[in-house]
Amino acid sequence: MKKRVVSLIMVAALAASMFAGCGKKEAAETSSEGKVLNIQCWNDEFRGFFEQHYEGYEKIDDASGKIGDVTVKWTETPSKDNAYQENLDRVLKNQESAKADDKVDLFLVEADYALKYVDTDYVLPVADIGITEDDTKNMYQYTKDIVTDSKGVLKGVSWQACPGILFYNRDIATEVLGSDDPETVQEAVKDWDTFTATADKMKAAGYKMTSTVNDTYRTYSNNVSGKWVQDGKLVIDDNLMKWVDDSKKMVDAETTVGTSELWSDDWNKGMFTENAVFCYFGPAWLINFCMHGEEDGSVAKAGKWGGCVGPQSFYWGGTWLCAAAGTDNADLVKDIMYKFSCDEAVLKALVEDNDQFANNKPVMNEMAKSDYTSKVMGGQNPLPMYCEGAEKVDLSNLSAYDQGCNEEFQNAMKNYFDGNASKEEALELFYKAISEKYPAVELPE
Amino acid sequence: MGKKKNTNKRVNRYNYWGYVFLIPFIAVYIVFQLIPLVTTVYNSFFEHYREGLMEIGPNFIGLGNYIATFQSPDLWVYAKNTMIMWVMGFIPQIVISLILAAWFSDNRMRIKGSRFFKTVIYLPNLIMASAFSMLFFALFSDGGPINYMLMDMGLLAKPFKFLSHIWSARTLIATMNFLMWFGNTTILLMAGMMGIDSSLYEAAEVDGATSTQRFFRITLPVLKPILVYVAITSLIGGLQMFDVPQILTDGKGEPMRSSMTLIMYLNKWLYSKNLGRGGALSVLMFIITGILSLIVFKMSGYNDED
Repeated sequence: MKKRVVSLIMVAALAASMFAGCGKKEAAETSSEGKVLNIQCWNDEFRGFFEQHYEGYEKIDDASGKIGDVTVKWTETPSKDNAYQENLDRVLKNQESAKADDKVDLFLVEADYALKYVDTDYVLPVADIGITEDDTKNMYQYTKDIVTDSKGVLKGVSWQACPGILFYNRDIATEVLGSDDPETVQEAVKDWDTFTATADKMKAAGYKMTSTVNDTYRTYSNNVSGKWVQDGKLVIDDNLMKWVDDSKKMVDAETTVGTSELWSDDWNKGMFTENAVFCYFGPAWLINFCMHGEEDGSVAKAGKWGGCVGPQSFYWGGTWLCAAAGTDNADLVKDIMYKFSCDEAVLKALVEDNDQFANNKPVMNEMAKSDYTSKVMGGQNPLPMYCEGAEKVDLSNLSAYDQGCNEEFQNAMKNYFDGNASKEEALELFYKAISEKYPAVELPE
Repeated sequence: MGKKKNTNKRVNRYNYWGYVFLIPFIAVYIVFQLIPLVTTVYNSFFEHYREGLMEIGPNFIGLGNYIATFQSPDLWVYAKNTMIMWVMGFIPQIVISLILAAWFSDNRMRIKGSRFFKTVIYLPNLIMASAFSMLFFALFSDGGPINYMLMDMGLLAKPFKFLSHIWSARTLIATMNFLMWFGNTTILLMAGMMGIDSSLYEAAEVDGATSTQRFFRITLPVLKPILVYVAITSLIGGLQMFDVPQILTDGKGEPMRSSMTLIMYLNKWLYSKNLGRGGALSVLMFIITGILSLIVFKMSGYNDED
């Protein structure tokens, strides 16, 4: 008998351990607002802004915080290899059956795939949560186009607009080009041929023009004449082949450090004075997110960056906030989305404290004329350049295939740059990768 | 009589508890192994993938996925890559392991601190393969410490791009697999060597055999079954090589996919959720691994006829 009791207890213990974690106290819900605000994101950028600028937010740790008695939970899934979207697909599909505290309330999307989510019922229209057309009237039109669904309903908001510029190292500019004045530098990088010629000058002086060939990619890929996939067929734009040819020349002439990926350690090194390269391409978020402004030895901390328009205008990235259908914290979600897209005080703070380019036309135009200067950029006011660039952003060639195609194109061409394949072989490799990612897309020939 | 019956009953009652304790394992096995296995085979007969949020299929296409897999040259290229990298890792592994095992098990050598070294050589296997690959990735990156060291010593004028050359990338992968597994192999071989009757060695010594002769004439022949076992289990592991090259080359198998293994190729179908093509490849791998395991099983003498 005794043994039987012992075995029973053991079985019970085993069974209990199997289900541990499933059991969760059902919070007695007194108000209509949920106790947990779940936010899905792919990096810590927005969380950083949130901690700094959202009044009443108390940070607990990197994955959670509190607003009043509501717990804020951050779920960070990297974008790489589609992981973020896969996670988002999964949680949104479970949204209905999920417990109130587990439902996604707010999630972030990028331009490359925004439409995939915006065009579904998983996202609440901005108007439904209480942000009016009047609130959004000052935003840059393109930031609204990206998150407008096929019926013309606005479903997301962003705090930023992302026209890109060329950031150059002022010390190197002074030494090689004779001046670190934006106009002088612009003259030296005004088109791709001049850019390549300047790269040779840099090399002669012992500097590299860019950190990797992929630095210039966005600038070329934003200026294509058509989409990646047209009538079900893959099309490689001439401007992308120009990127391949120009880049190969730079690799062979050793005017770029290498062929490393963006975000890699090798790419980051050029942000520091010790291994400085002449220029990087990027929008305003490059400053706060990639330039290591807090770290000793970085060019940003010394305030030695300058900015000019560069060979071609482009835009890059951007983050939008979307309210998930089924949220149990509608009021709080509205407040967050409002503060981070319509509240002028927050937007101004983002520009002043975080070097952002905020999504509010009149405010930006006004600040462009003001005496605002960026510390990172050695006292230059970059806003006029951004304001001009934001007007030029053209989304007509954006498609759902962008992320996959851009990634694979860069991967495949790296082999050509490194000398492991001819251009034709590298293109074959690209086609192969596309046939794996998008089996339905027809390949050339 | 009555007493015996009672004992039987009690035994049966305990047996019953045995089954209860088996439930967790059986449940986990069915949910995480058996069902996926059966559905993989089932899925391999369908055209079924996703493009964005658009889902194509499932349409039954019989052996279509298998035919497509065999027709594309990729399968053979990646199979060749896998084998090359396995051989590159296995040869040093078996040589070093044999030498170490012979030293450790030789009573006359009496290596000091042999317990310590036995532990140390096994340690790399305890590190997660992904962590190990990350470490190598950082060490051998274009601007990494190895390049700086080589440049400081004056051996290189400019950084050598280890991961951009076919053979250096393959060598790195093979080296890592070697480092991770030679300890394990050494322990297996040592167990085999210690099982050899020492009177054989003594007799050989009396006859004046040198230590080289003893190794090649006694140790190796007696050890043959264990060597074959080690080779085939390593081959099965080698066929499934994934984590090390996946992390080291960031899932791309660069340069020009020369370090892409079969399982990395399988992983490529994940993006489009291509259950059909992925399934077909998995089933092929399953069959090959199954045959190899059967050989091991036969050899180890587990069959009933013996």
